[in-house]
Amino acid sequence: MNARIVKLFAFVGVMFAVLVGFTSYWTVFDADNLKNERVNKRPLFKAQQIERGRILTADGEVIARSVRKGRGASIRFVRNYPEGDTYGHPIGYSFVQYGNSEFEAFHNSELIGDDNEFASAFDELRGKDPVGNDIVTSLDADAQRTAFEGLAGQPGAVVAIEPDTGAVKAMVSVPPYDPNTVPTRFAALNEDPAAPMVNRPVQGQYPPGSTFKLVTAAAALDSGAISPDDTIDSPASIEIQGNPLANADNAPYGPINVTKALTHSVNTYFAQLGEELGTGTLEDYMSRFGFNAKPQLDLPDGQMSLSGVFSDGRLLTGDDPMDVGRLAIGQERLLATPIQMAEVAATIANGGDLMKPRIWSKVLDPDGRTKKTMSPEKQSDVISEKTAAELTEAMKDVVNEGTGTAAALSGIDVAGKTGTAEIPDVDRCDGLPNQAWFVGFAPADDPQIAVAATVECTDGQGGTVAAPIAAAVMQSLLEE
Amino acid sequence: MSASRNRELLALVPVALLLTVGFAAVFAQNDNQLTNLSLSYGLYFLAICLATHIYIRIRLPDADPYLFPLLALLTAIGLVMLYRLDSETGNELARDQANWFVIGLVLFAVVVHFFRDYSVLERYRYTIALVSLALLLAPRLPVIGSQVNGAYLGISLGPISFQPAELAKIGIVIFLASYLREHRELLVVGARRVLGVTFPPLKHLGPLLVVWGAAMFMLIFIRDLGSSLMFFAAFLALIYVATGRLSFVIIGMGMFLAGAWVIYNTVPHVTDRVDIWLDPYQDPSGAGYQILQSMFAMADGGLFGEGFAQSMVLIPGTDNPLLPAAQTDLIYTLITAELGLFGACGIIGIYLLVAARGFKVALMANDGFSKLLATGLTTVFAFQAFVIIGGVTRVIPLTGVTLPLVSYGGSSILANFILLALLLLVSDRARREAREGI
Repeated sequence: MNARIVKLFAFVGVMFAVLVGFTSYWTVFDADNLKNERVNKRPLFKAQQIERGRILTADGEVIARSVRKGRGASIRFVRNYPEGDTYGHPIGYSFVQYGNSEFEAFHNSELIGDDNEFASAFDELRGKDPVGNDIVTSLDADAQRTAFEGLAGQPGAVVAIEPDTGAVKAMVSVPPYDPNTVPTRFAALNEDPAAPMVNRPVQGQYPPGSTFKLVTAAAALDSGAISPDDTIDSPASIEIQGNPLANADNAPYGPINVTKALTHSVNTYFAQLGEELGTGTLEDYMSRFGFNAKPQLDLPDGQMSLSGVFSDGRLLTGDDPMDVGRLAIGQERLLATPIQMAEVAATIANGGDLMKPRIWSKVLDPDGRTKKTMSPEKQSDVISEKTAAELTEAMKDVVNEGTGTAAALSGIDVAGKTGTAEIPDVDRCDGLPNQAWFVGFAPADDPQIAVAATVECTDGQGGTVAAPIAAAVMQSLLEE
Repeated sequence: MSASRNRELLALVPVALLLTVGFAAVFAQNDNQLTNLSLSYGLYFLAICLATHIYIRIRLPDADPYLFPLLALLTAIGLVMLYRLDSETGNELARDQANWFVIGLVLFAVVVHFFRDYSVLERYRYTIALVSLALLLAPRLPVIGSQVNGAYLGISLGPISFQPAELAKIGIVIFLASYLREHRELLVVGARRVLGVTFPPLKHLGPLLVVWGAAMFMLIFIRDLGSSLMFFAAFLALIYVATGRLSFVIIGMGMFLAGAWVIYNTVPHVTDRVDIWLDPYQDPSGAGYQILQSMFAMADGGLFGEGFAQSMVLIPGTDNPLLPAAQTDLIYTLITAELGLFGACGIIGIYLLVAARGFKVALMANDGFSKLLATGLTTVFAFQAFVIIGGVTRVIPLTGVTLPLVSYGGSSILANFILLALLLLVSDRARREAREGI
């Protein structure tokens, strides 16, 4: 019998090996699939037990914090946003049932303290509860509030960027939403026709109108197609692609140079310039400015839109047939996000170099020590310093004597460009036809801040509606 | 032989240490401070084990030195896990379990005292078999019977509830060992080959058919797939060891599978259990909840586990279980979640060591009954571990048997210390005979 007992033992060994095999399958080989199972709530519960780090403004005001609920083993943390709707965009929300959005989603791993594999493994060995890192943003509380006051409830967006670092100082979307209300009003917020959940600065696609003439002028000057003193005869109206195109107020300007054309936003000048440049060159410079791609901002790609020429939702390229004359003045199915236009201004302000925009500026460990600091990164060499300087001169004239005088600040030179576009789907605007724009930077000679401000559905002009908002935001940022 | 007793004593020290450290960890977790209470728990445990050790030293001086420390180790692991659960749920399962441990050791001593000559068991084998079958059926009786999750596993007498299958498994092994010791030659000699398969002689087939019938009966009436599987596996293992005919085992397996298939198609409770095993996602918040949560918890455990007492057992902020029956069915899952694949392998390793020592006892035994008894007891112990671990890891359908000595449950503790008593009695006699040169 002994040999058979040994065989029986071997069989038991095999059975136990099967148990080890199955246990390894669930714990290791299939673990990632199981963790991603929709019905598996453990990751959510676990996330809730981590004290997610705070999010702060540049000057230390708390934007988001975690509030402890329950005691002992049932401790969990719930997100709270003390400033309500002021930072609903771009910070977003983080709730177990509804997931993470916007900044909270992009910086999730730092906020839950999962950004350093070695450290967290070490903490686990010590049995330490995981604690998230705090993130200091570059958002400026005063600028954010000033932008809200400026928009005064009109739907629209404001973006302010530090030209030489890409630091985002303000990002405002109206109508806003209060992230504290997400758990109770999730469906209502998402179904609201006023679209408060849309982060307009990076998701809103608007016709940029005349602000786009900056891109056309930059392409023409930088490519050498024109020099600052060259003139083009600019009558009150010309025919482009078989259709008439007129200046605002039907004014004839005669032969003028690029500075004069920008100052008075002369359509007939830029339409002819566009046709001279051609689609290829213009699209090339657009791409350098960041068009035709998602902004390289620290927000989830899925929550940002790109800027460019669209046909039935499809992005067109330089090889597609398009009316380049109308594209040059910001028409021709061209749509741009407010941050894209702010990047155009910031590039010119920064001597032609586009910096990657960034909302975060510092990551602090739970003890308050700085773990990481944002180091500015160049996104692309867009235009030469010379071209940037020439454009700056022209943009100063816009504010000093042209369409943008409402953006002037006392004692500070402001450079800018206005825009007033016709809204394509005007039905949603109760008959108010215009998209009003102002983009610019200040001080013109030593730029500290670049801004884009836009208002949807208005009967006003860029120079009257958007310029004062931009001026107020720049003022508040320059006062510090 | 005092050398083996000294080894036993030495082996008990790390067991007591483990218990002390485990309790201390739970204290530290709860209060962020260490009290000397954990130390006294450890000392208390060591004292009980020491008393048992001295008793074994006197009564069973030649018995296997590792079996008792291994079983004490499993009990200690169970106590620590239960204590860790108590700190979260506010129950006092660890205290109850510790009491059952003491009672179990007393029962151990009683069995060792009265069955020193365990061959008397052979004389009462039919009585034992009948009592065992009666025990198995008791949960279906009115008043005392109770149903849990559709299976009839327990009886309750006043405040005490009891799982009779735990005791019945020992009785049935005693019966089978004795019966097969007497009839194994007949089963082999009279065998006939039909179509190349060796069948046992018909007139001796009867009792074997009775065992098969009992297993099927259990499936239908007790609706307990796990116990049924465990008994039948022990039965086939004993048939194989007694007769050496693999064909008997294959015929038996075929009959079991055929019967199980019929029952799967006719008994709704069994159908549900098997369907949920095949596809737990069909009802993730109902019937499939337990097995799915078991898998999810193991996934969180990974290689090294989330750390002792770090795994979620309750849904945060509620008293609802995230890991249902973590103290019984899913205790292996809990260990895997907290100590990882390595911890799980450790547990399986301990059961393998118990099996190794148990089969060693069978190898050393000198008479047929002793060999078969030790083999049967060891097999039933090992298969019980397999059935529940296999259940929570989805090797087989999940059923409600306990993880021997680790799961919470008095019947399990008592039965397994009786099992230990019998194994040590066999071992002591075998090694004494070897020492004396018989």
